[in-house]
Amino acid sequence: MNLIKVRTTSISNILHKLTYRYASSQTLVTDLKAIAGNENVSNSASVREQHGHDESYHAGHEPDVVVFAQSTDHVSKIVKYCASKHIPIIPWGTGTGLEGGVTAPKGGVCLNLSRMDKIISVNPDDFDCTVQAGVTRNALNTFIRDTGLQFPIDPGANASLGGMCATSASGTMAVKYGTMRENVMNLEVVLADGSIIKTSGLKGRSRKTSAGYNLTNLFVGQEGTLGIITEATLKLHATPEAVLAAVAPFKDFQSAVDATVAIMQSGLPVARIEFLDEKMVDACNRFSKLSLDVLPTLFLEFHGSNNNIEMQGQLAEETCKSFECLKFDYATEPNKRADLWKARHNLFYAALALKQGSKVSLRDHKNEISTILLSDMLTFSYREKSGSVSPSEGYITDVCVPISALPRMIYLTNKELKRLELLGMIAGHVGDGNFHVVLVVDPKNVEEMERVHEFSMILAKESLDLHGTVTGEHGIGLGKKQLLIDEFGLQGINTMKVIKEALDPLNILNPGKVIDMNKSF
Amino acid sequence: MAIRILVGVKRAIDYAVKVQVKTDKSGVVTEGVKHSMNPFDEIAVEEAIRLKEKKVAQEVIALSCGPAQCQETLRTALALGADRAIHVEVTGKDYEMLQPLAISKLIAAVAKKENVDLVLLGKLAIDDDSNQTGQMVAGLLSWPQAVFASKVDIKDKTAEVMREIDGGSETLRVKLPAVITSDLRLNQPRFANLPSIQKAKKKPMAKMSPKDLGVDIKPHQEYLSYEEPPKRQGGGRVANVDELISKLKEKGLI
Repeated sequence: MNLIKVRTTSISNILHKLTYRYASSQTLVTDLKAIAGNENVSNSASVREQHGHDESYHAGHEPDVVVFAQSTDHVSKIVKYCASKHIPIIPWGTGTGLEGGVTAPKGGVCLNLSRMDKIISVNPDDFDCTVQAGVTRNALNTFIRDTGLQFPIDPGANASLGGMCATSASGTMAVKYGTMRENVMNLEVVLADGSIIKTSGLKGRSRKTSAGYNLTNLFVGQEGTLGIITEATLKLHATPEAVLAAVAPFKDFQSAVDATVAIMQSGLPVARIEFLDEKMVDACNRFSKLSLDVLPTLFLEFHGSNNNIEMQGQLAEETCKSFECLKFDYATEPNKRADLWKARHNLFYAALALKQGSKVSLRDHKNEISTILLSDMLTFSYREKSGSVSPSEGYITDVCVPISALPRMIYLTNKELKRLELLGMIAGHVGDGNFHVVLVVDPKNVEEMERVHEFSMILAKESLDLHGTVTGEHGIGLGKKQLLIDEFGLQGINTMKVIKEALDPLNILNPGKVIDMNKSF
Repeated sequence: MAIRILVGVKRAIDYAVKVQVKTDKSGVVTEGVKHSMNPFDEIAVEEAIRLKEKKVAQEVIALSCGPAQCQETLRTALALGADRAIHVEVTGKDYEMLQPLAISKLIAAVAKKENVDLVLLGKLAIDDDSNQTGQMVAGLLSWPQAVFASKVDIKDKTAEVMREIDGGSETLRVKLPAVITSDLRLNQPRFANLPSIQKAKKKPMAKMSPKDLGVDIKPHQEYLSYEEPPKRQGGGRVANVDELISKLKEKGLI
């Protein structure tokens, strides 16, 4: 898949290139080389460009220099150095974030932790493991594959576990296994003054504890603004003996949500409940050459044992049928399961594959299929302004509400998509009340991006009204700081600022993310 | 009549490990390094289990040759679905010098002893990349071979095997008993789960020595030295095509 990215150069970036904020970039490089070794420091243009952005639509902001840390000791010394010179420091795992968390709007040092990739210990009897921050989730699962255990948090990217801790990542199986918050047992963190702490006890690996403040969950989700995570002790879960996958199209979204609630309440060991709206199903049909019914569809997965999985499939079928699903296809055999879920696996690429000029078939409220030109769904003025086809990019929203509020959110989403003339498809982890709108956009079209921004704000505000959150999985990063204030209120944000002030008084840890401190840099 | 399958599994350095050459060039560092089942053998085991699930096979026997740690690899094969395991114990210097020909003789001996219909092996092991064992086993037993399999269909004591070859694929039909070696695209191996791992602890594992099988495992080759590939040199930029041509001439490349 080719994601052609065009990054706009923001004014601040241009200014930054013209002014030398720090003693000199060369001194910085020399000093950092003395700490981390010559081969571990780079200020070449391409390395800095790569480290200045993630996979979000946010324009890149380059750091002044990139350091590849090889150990916690490196990290501690580098942080001490940056603290002494008031230089911002931004931790970097795999650069796969979706909220601009790794951009360096104030320049500074990007601390790449990907070379800290050792799996320190795996304790199968205790169902836990300890890894350095740069280990990716796929590397961990591969390493433990013959223990019968898995680390089941699977965000779309093969992200680093340190990054997943820092953003409180989640995946498709949160409904059964939880998110990072429920699965991080202990963290090694380097604080803003270079000191190193363990958040759940110097050697802690107990499944539960009542000892002191819950520092572990303070650092899960802080996005590098309170400390730099260098090691994590994580819970592991048993690989299921038997897995049943099912696909069930429904006549409308309300029925799908009602079925979801019923399944959650049935006691069935549901591991995944994913939802695709009819536009997304249509895109997937095209991309993966499938022939799914173009209807709101649930993709389900149950984890159980050999002797009861079939019966669970039947119970799930009965439940879905009682909400008038059109059909219920299921399988336990790995190849067939993969086939059933193919649409869901490829949905992001399927969305991007939709281009200007391609056609979309939709079943309207009268259940009749009409074919419309994609371009008719986009703004007329855009077609007039730029005659040529631009490479499209995916912009993904991420709100999470109580499950019962989903139908109302989806209704609003579709209404706003139409009003703002945006092409968007809905895919969600309905078991958690979390859904994403995948918008196919042209990032160079400033006017379109403004409408995208408006859409995103409206969705987030409605989510808050319905007792939800402005970000279920992706984090606050650069773009959602105001929404965070809306979500928590001034007192809540103030508490966060007090903590930030206490742990990072110089505001050098990933400044400008999550919350804005009132210090000018 | 459902067939009986012998699957060979080798304990090799895990594919994710950064292999290091010993400073005295006598070998690679194996102490404290993660080992696991050779990935191509994982694929072979998976294929054997699928044949059992399809009721084409009635029994899958896993075999490994090496020191005591091979039993871990065999237990993994049992957890994935093999019925029983055979550990041919080879230790110390004998193991260091154990080469494909000797292993082929051991596998052939076990195949004859167990009277199996099919020997399934990985096409090669990722530590020595030899790609010889399957072929030599077939030669020793005078059995037909279908190597680099990407698809296997067995019916009525005949196997139809699609193989990966340069430029595409080729389909062979071989009469059983035969030797088939797995290529990457044959299947996607399953992961072991805890209940199976528990059950595997109770499955039978027999231990024997090369002498018990009447096989002489003496090596025929001597390893002279191990070296890392040369470090990559930095590139250079040229100003124009003329400079490119003269540089290429300088290096004797054109």
